[in-house]
Amino acid sequence: MMSEKILIKGNEAVAEAALAAGCRHFFGYPITPQSELAAYLARRMPKVGGTYLQAESEIAAINMVYGASAAGVRCMTSSSSPGISLKSEGLSYLAGCDLPAVIVNVQRGGPGLGSIQPSQADYFQATRGGGHGDYHIMVLAPGGVQEMYSFTVRAFDLADQYRMTVMLLTDGILGQMMEPVLPSAPADGGGGALCDKPWAVGGGSGKRGRNIINSLYLKPSDLEKTNIERYEKYKTVETDGQMSDGYLLDDAEVVVAAYGASSRIAKNAIDEARSRGVRAGLLRPITLWPFPKKAFAKAAEHARAFISLEMSMGQMIEDIELAIRCSRPVTLCNRVGGVAPEPGQVLEAVLNA
Amino acid sequence: MTAVFAKTPMLTDAVLHYCPGCTHGIIHRLVAETLDELGAGERAVGVAPVGCAVMAYNYFNCDFIQAAHGRAPAVATGVKRARPECAVFTYQGDGDLAAIGTAETVHAAARGENITVVFVNNAIYGMTGGQMAPTTMPGQVTQTSPYGRDPKTAGYPVRVCEMLATLDGTAYCERVAVDCVKNVRGAKKAIRRAFENQLEGKGFSLVEVLSSCPTNWGMTPSGALEWLRENMMPYYPLGVYKDKA
Repeated sequence: MMSEKILIKGNEAVAEAALAAGCRHFFGYPITPQSELAAYLARRMPKVGGTYLQAESEIAAINMVYGASAAGVRCMTSSSSPGISLKSEGLSYLAGCDLPAVIVNVQRGGPGLGSIQPSQADYFQATRGGGHGDYHIMVLAPGGVQEMYSFTVRAFDLADQYRMTVMLLTDGILGQMMEPVLPSAPADGGGGALCDKPWAVGGGSGKRGRNIINSLYLKPSDLEKTNIERYEKYKTVETDGQMSDGYLLDDAEVVVAAYGASSRIAKNAIDEARSRGVRAGLLRPITLWPFPKKAFAKAAEHARAFISLEMSMGQMIEDIELAIRCSRPVTLCNRVGGVAPEPGQVLEAVLNA
Repeated sequence: MTAVFAKTPMLTDAVLHYCPGCTHGIIHRLVAETLDELGAGERAVGVAPVGCAVMAYNYFNCDFIQAAHGRAPAVATGVKRARPECAVFTYQGDGDLAAIGTAETVHAAARGENITVVFVNNAIYGMTGGQMAPTTMPGQVTQTSPYGRDPKTAGYPVRVCEMLATLDGTAYCERVAVDCVKNVRGAKKAIRRAFENQLEGKGFSLVEVLSSCPTNWGMTPSGALEWLRENMMPYYPLGVYKDKA
């Protein structure tokens, strides 16, 4: 286990963290701007006795994850926005079978082929599930390369704990930038020891009875019961799993809400606003689902206005309005299509709020 | 009294949902017998398709995964890479394997993925009520080719074994039929071979089984088998198309 800081690209930090978390099966498909992640694992996996497999499609890759997860191993796939659309079928099946998996989305501009520049326009897709049917996935939004590493490790633990897909929702800025990272010890102590998965397929059906991984229910009442039970689990995740971070938040009258790359831009604007006498602060959601509603409700106690800073046409803003029950004005500050906001633009929004 | 025939342990007691005269039951039995004979039942993992065999997990007495439409070879790949010691097989129909799942089929073969594929070709989409399949014969009437499949607009049937035989990764592919006792015995031999290959690490093995669908073809069970012999067999000749060993 490494204990010294390493200088590493965001995408590579995710790959290294996956190895540290005991992931030995990666199934991917090339797409910009996540390519370094797959390339890193293509180099490393054979050295640690793992599987790197370049699938014929995003669809095949997510279904290989579905199979490997069903067989009880920690596994991962990564992609960028258009590829995640293709994987959405698989996300629905993973949810329907309560299978743990880690999915990385290094977002780029959309819709369609869009651009290869960074974006945060897949917020709805990620937080609303993406595929068909009633389900959720957990969504973690790292704010820097250190968190690209530590949240990846955490994602594997959460996936196993809740038997659900955990998505690392990041973007082309964080994926491509280099920062020093202190590799954090994974929860299992570094050996990648798996938690007990008595439901997994693959050998031993004679002793334990056979295991079936399935999302088909012919009786509507059975499917209804299963969905209601699954939502009980989601309720637990919503209660226990909300995570957020604050910067100069405690006394903020204007709260800028931003995640991922946007949150870094917000900090500069907040410092400048403070120097001009405006009590601005940052509320940074770390989990986008479950959305940190409690933190927003608390912030609404002292804030007179919220600004949703997004690299999208206004998606997270809806969750903010819901979280504070529209008790304060929420304005959108954004750039889209692969363009990042500038601190000056954010400062102006704060001063006008 | 001596028992001369018994239920094979690899099949459960569940009552098959297949239509009268459907040959899925025979093919299930052949796969199950094979797993029993090879002693591979405990380490077998089956992958069920979307199609008539979607509930295969109810009938085979081993671990099973139900896959999204056409994705069974990718799912089986994930299982096999995670648990190489398992006997991993997919059981797929023609729509699943040769239309929506063509990419997964071709690339699992191209990779030489060490899995066994049982491909049931009955020239029609059965579960959804009898639509034109990639393997529907020219002139064949289905719900979505009501005037008969016209190759000018609907193209030609796909010969899967011939196609996969061109790939270096394919270790073994054979087309069999279950229309008569002799051919059922041949099908059993091929299926056994396809599993033996996997256990010996030889790579991708596929058995295409010409099968009938009396319900959606609108025929009696025996009439359907006759139609299979007269129409399908000339277009889909039986035989071994690839055998690396």
